[in-house]
Amino acid sequence: MQKKDAKKAQRLSIIPGLGQFYNGQTIKGVLFIIILLAFVAEFALVGVSAFANLFTLGSVSMEDNSLFMMIYGTLQILLTIVFLVFWIANMYDAKHVAQLINNGKKVSHTFKELGANLLDGGFAYLLTTPAYFLMIFTIVFPVLVTLLMAFTNYDFAHIPPAMLLDWIGFKNFTSMFFLSSYRATFNAVFGWTVIWTVCATTLQIIIGIATAVIANQNFIKGKRLFGVIFLLPWAIPAFVSIMSFSNIFNDSAGAINVQVIGLWNTLVPFAHIAPIHWMTDTFWTKVAIIMIQGWLGFPYIYVMITGILQAIPEDLYEAATLDGATVMQKFNKITLPTIFAIAAPIFVTQYTFNFNNFSMIYLFNQGGPGDVGANAGGTDILISWIYKLTTGTSPQYSLAAAVTLIISVLVIGISLIVFKKTHAFEMGD
Amino acid sequence: MENATAPTKNVNSKQNSARRHRFWKEFFTYFYMAILAIIIIYPVLITFITAFKDANVSAFVLDFGGKWTLANFKDLFTTTLYGSWYLNTMVISISCMVIQVIVVTLAGYVYSRYRFAGKKFSLTFFIVIQMVPTMAALTAYYVLANMLNALDHYWFLTAIYIGGGIPQNTWLMKGYFDNVPYDLDESAKLDGAGNFKIFWSIVLPLVKPMIAVQALWAFMSPVQDYLMAKFLLTSESHYTVAVGLQTFINNAQNQQVVLFSAGAILVALPIACLFFYLQRFFVSGLLAGGSKG
Repeated sequence: MQKKDAKKAQRLSIIPGLGQFYNGQTIKGVLFIIILLAFVAEFALVGVSAFANLFTLGSVSMEDNSLFMMIYGTLQILLTIVFLVFWIANMYDAKHVAQLINNGKKVSHTFKELGANLLDGGFAYLLTTPAYFLMIFTIVFPVLVTLLMAFTNYDFAHIPPAMLLDWIGFKNFTSMFFLSSYRATFNAVFGWTVIWTVCATTLQIIIGIATAVIANQNFIKGKRLFGVIFLLPWAIPAFVSIMSFSNIFNDSAGAINVQVIGLWNTLVPFAHIAPIHWMTDTFWTKVAIIMIQGWLGFPYIYVMITGILQAIPEDLYEAATLDGATVMQKFNKITLPTIFAIAAPIFVTQYTFNFNNFSMIYLFNQGGPGDVGANAGGTDILISWIYKLTTGTSPQYSLAAAVTLIISVLVIGISLIVFKKTHAFEMGD
Repeated sequence: MENATAPTKNVNSKQNSARRHRFWKEFFTYFYMAILAIIIIYPVLITFITAFKDANVSAFVLDFGGKWTLANFKDLFTTTLYGSWYLNTMVISISCMVIQVIVVTLAGYVYSRYRFAGKKFSLTFFIVIQMVPTMAALTAYYVLANMLNALDHYWFLTAIYIGGGIPQNTWLMKGYFDNVPYDLDESAKLDGAGNFKIFWSIVLPLVKPMIAVQALWAFMSPVQDYLMAKFLLTSESHYTVAVGLQTFINNAQNQQVVLFSAGAILVALPIACLFFYLQRFFVSGLLAGGSKG
């Protein structure tokens, strides 16, 4: 059989299909050329104007809808990327098939063979396609639109089609950092978001580890019963618990003020406590939210840590005891390092989860009480502020998009660093 | 004589201190667990018994006295939209569950078993996508829903739930498939079984527990979600349970805590039961996923 030049096949496939013809795969070559022609036609008919419109965002109000132009433009970007991926794959395929021929392997020429090959070798692509399709349209595409929106002036004063949108560069970001009114709000909300994330998650982790270590001792009776009770906050849907707590912390009729503080005052009359303004004092709402998140979130950590503890070999502790190690030493030198080695990624996901824990903030007291400007309440975190910016009476879509971008960059950046450090995503095939 | 008793005394006091030490250890252990148990049960119990209270309770507290009634459950379905909310939630959750489990199982299987061009690249894509919180596109969802006339429609919301769960759950599923020995595939292949047969009748039966867990999670994420549903559903009769229940208590002047509690029980009880039933499977699955990636 005649030897094929793999490099030449690859070079020919710069025009998709030619390399496949060279390899003698006529049907595949025709298919690839059809895909190329279809894309070129689409690009000439729709693509060019879509890109142009994305660039200008329209020029005549009422006639040009800037928003649609932005969305079609984004779709065109995605389509172009998909084509580029196909283009690269096509060149790779030409080279690969040429090498197969040189090694004397059989390649498919007819329709039937191609179909069988697709079912066999292409099984992998066939089965992952739905996942990619869904992810591209529900995650990648909306994220791209958000990314673009952050650089426009889309707000209550500019609503297409009555008004045109314009690209305004980094103005949303600069006004957030430098314009005094927005800066004050952003700083207040961002500061509380960080405090909330750190305090609530750390509390969750401390209670979780403590409970796992304490409840894992051998002498305890009724382990199963305690196990069920400790899992209750995880088993009950969080929104149900949060709304219940919002009633329980009610200033006038809630159980904490009426029953718990009442009981305390009868038992310890000399240390009298007045009812606390859980819902009307920003400070106390913050305290309550952090405590409740500890309640809601510790079971997950507790379960994970229990699993890890049970995997630590018993002789490790016995050897340490023989060497005269104290309980604290054993905990610090054996238990804690093992926990952190395995559970670090789990802890990080908890931090990033709470960073965006909308339900806890909004369902407890709707981000209130108080007001820190620009629609934000005293206990609003970034994600609930975005919600209010988008759904309020005078929506600020582009500003909300800008805040969203900041959140995403922070969350992804921190996750990437930690996951890389802990090697959580070592990819063994 | 004295020389003989001294060591015994020493041993005795050592035993005593060890016993005292053990007593305090057990005391603090049980004390901690009892306090924690009380803190957990107290709020749950308040909500539970309030559901059976007369409509004009004055406070949301733990109180076993007073008249007990089932009227709240009847009112829930006759005077409020709770029935439709429940049904809406079921429709969304079940569609999400079915589609997501199929998609995730197929993708997880492929990533565990096949070597193919672009595998490494697409796995990296998965990892990065997994870190993007679905909320990162909040504003875009709103605009898209407006443009597609999908505001207040379930298909759009359901699609977002499905897509949002895919990256992470595919990872977990891949980890679980990795634990099924490859030898099984190899011997089946030698016996002449095709790709589909190996997947369907050899590997799939072995990962049933994980599929059950995936189903629970895919079912739970729409039930649990408040933000997207509140954001994209506008008419009250289209609400999900989470959004609907909140309307009972968000008006400070007219809080219907008894109706809220009754509605809370009806949604929390079946979910908690499923949770405890499937719990042993997902703990091992999560640990495998968390430590291996």
